[in-house]
Amino acid sequence: MTPPAASLLSPETLASLSEFLQSALFVAQGCGYTVALILLAMSIGLAVGLPLSAFQVYGPKWTRRLAGLYIWFFRGIPILVLMFMIYFGFFNIIESVCLKWSGKPLTLSPFLASVLALGLASGAYQSQIFKGAILSLPSGQFRAALAMGFSRTSAIVSIVLPQAMRISIPAWSNEYSILLKDSAVAYVLGTMEIMARTRFMTSLTFTHTPYYLLAGLLYYLLTWLGVKMLNRLDKMTRIPGLGHDLKAEDHLQAD
Amino acid sequence: MTSTTPLLEVSRISRIIDGKTILDDVSLSLNKGDLKVVIGPSGGGKSTLLQCINFLQVPNSGDVFLAGQSARAMGRRNICGFRQKIGMIFQDFNLFDHLNALDNVAVALRKVKGEKKVQARKRAMSELERVGLADKFHLYPSQLSGGQKQRVSLARALAMDPMVMLLDEPTSALDPELIGEVLNVIAQLSLSGMTMLMVTHQIGFARHLTTEIIFMEEGRVVETGPPELLEAGPGGGRAADFCAKLAEVTGR
Ligand SMILES: Nc1ncnc2c1ncn2[C@@H]1O[C@H](COP(=O)(O)OP(=O)(O)O)[C@@H](O)[C@H]1O
Ligand SMILES: [Mg+2]
Repeated sequence: MTPPAASLLSPETLASLSEFLQSALFVAQGCGYTVALILLAMSIGLAVGLPLSAFQVYGPKWTRRLAGLYIWFFRGIPILVLMFMIYFGFFNIIESVCLKWSGKPLTLSPFLASVLALGLASGAYQSQIFKGAILSLPSGQFRAALAMGFSRTSAIVSIVLPQAMRISIPAWSNEYSILLKDSAVAYVLGTMEIMARTRFMTSLTFTHTPYYLLAGLLYYLLTWLGVKMLNRLDKMTRIPGLGHDLKAEDHLQAD
Repeated sequence: MTSTTPLLEVSRISRIIDGKTILDDVSLSLNKGDLKVVIGPSGGGKSTLLQCINFLQVPNSGDVFLAGQSARAMGRRNICGFRQKIGMIFQDFNLFDHLNALDNVAVALRKVKGEKKVQARKRAMSELERVGLADKFHLYPSQLSGGQKQRVSLARALAMDPMVMLLDEPTSALDPELIGEVLNVIAQLSLSGMTMLMVTHQIGFARHLTTEIIFMEEGRVVETGPPELLEAGPGGGRAADFCAKLAEVTGR
C-alpha cells in the first residue's frame, strides 16, 4: 500500500490535474464570448428600449400601439424559441435571398443570432424600465421645456431621457444580471460561450460536477463584477434630489 | 389708449375639454411694457388661459397674435419659435432636476437657440446675476430654497429674450418670507419695460404696479379695469368682493 501523500503526487493525479486545469482554462475563456454577448445585447436593448419608452409615453396613438405590440411579442416568447426563430428562420431567409441576388454565399453566425435574440428581447424589458422612470418624473418639466421653445423630440432627448436613464441604473443592473444568466441558452446554437464550453468538456470527459461548479462560479463572478460596476456608476452619477436617496432615510427613527 | 397694434393680443379664445367649457370667449391685449394682473377664484381657468396663449394647449377657437403674428397660422414646427418668444413662469417652478442652476438657464440657449456652450453659460451667468444668484450657480434645484428656485426659473425665461412673460401664480408655492425676493425681481423687470401677464393673489403687489386688473371666473373675463377695481366700497364689483374675501383669509 502506498501512503496517501504519495498517491496525491503520483504522476497520474498530476497529469489529470493539469488536464483539468487546461480544460478549466478552456471553459473560462468562454467569459470573453459571454461578456461580448451581454454587452452587445444590452446595447441593442438600450437602443431599442429608450425610443420605445418615449413612444409609449409621448408618441401619437399609432406609435404607442406599435410599441405595445413589440413589447407583447418579445416578452411573450421564450428566449430559446426566439433564438431558433432568428437563426433557423430569419437568417436562412436572408442567406438565401443574398445567394439569389449576389450569387455569393453568406453565413450569419450563431453568435450574431444570439446577440439579436437577447438584445431585442431585452429592448422590450428595458423599455418598461425607462417607461416607469419617465412616468415617475414630475410632468411639469416637459411642459416647461416646451414653453421655452423646445420641440417635443428635443425636450424628450435633452430633458426627460437623461433623468429617466439616471433613475434607471438600479433596475438596469437587475436587467444585466438576468440577461447574463439568460445568455447561457446561447450554447444551443453553438456560440462558444461559457455554457457551450462546459457542455463540450463534460461530454468529452464524462465528468460533470467540477465543470458545472466552475461554470456556476464564472457566472457568479461576472454577475458580481457587473453589478459592482453599475453600483459605482450609480454613485458617480448621483445628482442631489434626483431619484431615491437612501441616505436621507438614515435620519429617520428606526423601529 | 395707443393706436399702435398691441404686442400681445388674445382674440376670443375658447377651450373645451371633454365637453366642459374651461375658457369661454376670452379676449385681452397687452401693449409693450404693460403689466396686467389676472385674478379670480381657483378653477376659473387662469392657468388654462396662460397655456392657451403660448399654445401649450390649443384653444378650440380664437387666436393669439404676438407682434401681429398669428399663432394659429404657424405650423407645428414654427410654434416652437412662437413659444420661444413668450417666457413662462410656473407656480411649482418646474426647474430641470438633473441640471444645476447655471445649466438650467443655459440648456435652452444651447438646444433651442443653438448657441455654443461657453457663450450660453456666459449669458446664463449674467442672467443669474440679474436675479441675485450668481453665487449659487453650481447648486441643483433640490439644494435651493423655493424663492431661489423661482428666481432661477425667471433667469431661465429671461435668457431667451422673450417679448412677453406669462407668470402663473409665481409666489403661491412659497413660504411667506420668501415671497418678497421673487416679487422684487418681477417688479424690477416690469420697471425695466418687460411686458407681462401675471396671475397672482398678491393684491398689494397688483395694486402698485399693474396697469390693469383682469378678473376671471368660470372661464370668462368678468371685469377689467384699473387697480382701483379692487377697492371695496359702494359700487364695488365682483373683483372687489373677491379681494375682500382674500383679505379676510390672509388678514391683510
Ligand atoms: N386637462 C384637463 N382636463 C380636464 N379638466 C381640466 C384640465 N385642466 C384643467 N381642467 C379644468 O379646467 C378648469 C380650470 O382650471 P385652471 O385653468 O387650472 O384654473 P385656475 O388656474 O384658475 O385655478 C378647472 O375646472 C379644471 O378642473
Ligand atoms: Mg391655476
